[in-house]
Amino acid sequence: MTFGFKILSTPIYTGENMDSKEEGNGSKSVEIKVLFFARARDLTGMTHMPLEVSQGTTAHDCLNRLIVKFPGLEEIRNCMVLALNEEYAPGSTVVKDRDELAIIPPISGG
Amino acid sequence: MDSNGVSSASDIRREIASLEAAKAQIEDRISTLQAQLSNCSSNGRAKEEIEENRFSAPSPTETISDGQLSADMIYRYSRHLLLPSFGVEAQANLLKASVLVIGAGGLGSPALLYLAACGVGRVGIVDHDVVELNNLHRQIIHTEAYIGRSKVESAAAACRAINSTVQIVEHKEAFRTSNAVEIMSKYDIVVDATDNVPSRYMISDCCVVLGKPLISGAALGLEGQLTVYNYNGGPCYRCLFPTPPPTTACQRCADSGVLGVVPGIIGCLQALEAIKVAGAIGEPLSGRMLLFDALSARIRIVKIRGRSLQCEACGENTTLTPQKFRDFDYEKFTQSPLSTSPLKLNLLPTNARITSKEYNERNIKGEAHVLVDVRPSHHYKIISLPKSLNIPLASLEARLWEISAALGRDEGDKTENDGSSASLYVICRRGNDSQRAVEYLHKMGFTSAKDIVGGLESWANDVDPKFPTY
Ligand SMILES: [Zn+2]
Repeated sequence: MTFGFKILSTPIYTGENMDSKEEGNGSKSVEIKVLFFARARDLTGMTHMPLEVSQGTTAHDCLNRLIVKFPGLEEIRNCMVLALNEEYAPGSTVVKDRDELAIIPPISGG
Repeated sequence: MDSNGVSSASDIRREIASLEAAKAQIEDRISTLQAQLSNCSSNGRAKEEIEENRFSAPSPTETISDGQLSADMIYRYSRHLLLPSFGVEAQANLLKASVLVIGAGGLGSPALLYLAACGVGRVGIVDHDVVELNNLHRQIIHTEAYIGRSKVESAAAACRAINSTVQIVEHKEAFRTSNAVEIMSKYDIVVDATDNVPSRYMISDCCVVLGKPLISGAALGLEGQLTVYNYNGGPCYRCLFPTPPPTTACQRCADSGVLGVVPGIIGCLQALEAIKVAGAIGEPLSGRMLLFDALSARIRIVKIRGRSLQCEACGENTTLTPQKFRDFDYEKFTQSPLSTSPLKLNLLPTNARITSKEYNERNIKGEAHVLVDVRPSHHYKIISLPKSLNIPLASLEARLWEISAALGRDEGDKTENDGSSASLYVICRRGNDSQRAVEYLHKMGFTSAKDIVGGLESWANDVDPKFPTY
């Protein structure tokens, strides 16, 4: 058989399912905007996207959620600047509705 | 002095008049500032001096007392002198400053041109490369006449042509741990205009060891980044990126491409930040990172973390010394080469590979075969071999059936997809992706697949010298 190889792109929506469960349990959700730069753009194929998370979610949790959505991001997990609303934020910072989370891996070309 | 040779009397009168106007403005500015200075509390003044000395920017008071600018300098830099927030002090600071630019490529080109033009006293250029035709779309300091010659010589000549009063120092060598401390210690400010990951760590560490401010710029594709490191208590490169990126995340302009004007813009901004630090004016981009996005025409400035106490280079318990720096293996640390030479994989046994010459002979003999080109489609559009089938590596998995179909067409309909009769060859640009593809094809049952060693580059070198390279 030659058609059996299109498995990779399916698990993208597991994150969404988690969302709806949490909402079902009654906890409120917040929506943030995620900005991708440099290599993160290549790995996700987008420059930005909305991300719905439950209240109390930290920047670090958001990153984990994004890595579930885009497993390729694992590559740059340990080498990036994570900025919340254009400011450096420790991973433990809780995100708020309409926050902007930027994923900024370094560029080295010149 | 240089302009007086053939000037007419009216030219001279005009120049005197304009110099006198500039002089009047400068004197005006000096008296304003002296008035301001006497109003400042002595406490505030002392604190300022400590800050300045710590980061080796020359103290403005020195230059006002000892350094009168010459008439030529006043005329040349008059537009700087006329700027109230810059003026004669900042210009005098520039004239006394020295800046080392590491890399005379896309970033270094505009940075060097502006640093020379603006009158930085001494400018050092480090690079070991030669100018190539495919540099010229972005490395605007070089001209066609210098193709094949040293980038440092070319850049130095261009800088001297713009400003013969600036001292240009040529370092025609690769910047390595063995020579870094010696070269860098002769300069006040360092501009990182290199193009690879290990160099970025090496230069940042060396700046920490020697206490030099680092103006770091980078550009790739349609994006650029800029930060001033190790300045005024701000973070160093390792504070931000203690762990180097995996090699898969390290992209080079030679592979991913770059729009020429993007490093141009970042290089100009590097010159600007170097001028601010050298001139002791404004707020240099320390503790902040500028992100430039050419496609959407957006510039964002993100506040980054401060100095990390745990930083291996500049933190509290750092053990980084000049000696330790010299012994550190940056290529091993980052798993990537300091030179920009492309990666050469060797994944396959020799019987799974053929040379471009051999492939050419088999093709001429009329051997039944399918040639798969696994480069991205925008590469394929630049140039390709006749009758090759473009299936980019990224979509190989999903498009295997096309290979089966092509093999079937070529050799009647024998077996399903084992390719036992028609041969299967895989090519790419340089012979790395073709090996990855063949490895995968073997796993998927295409056991006869072979890669063409060295890719299209070797085709151009060994078979068809007229075949375009890029
Ligand atoms: Zn540090």
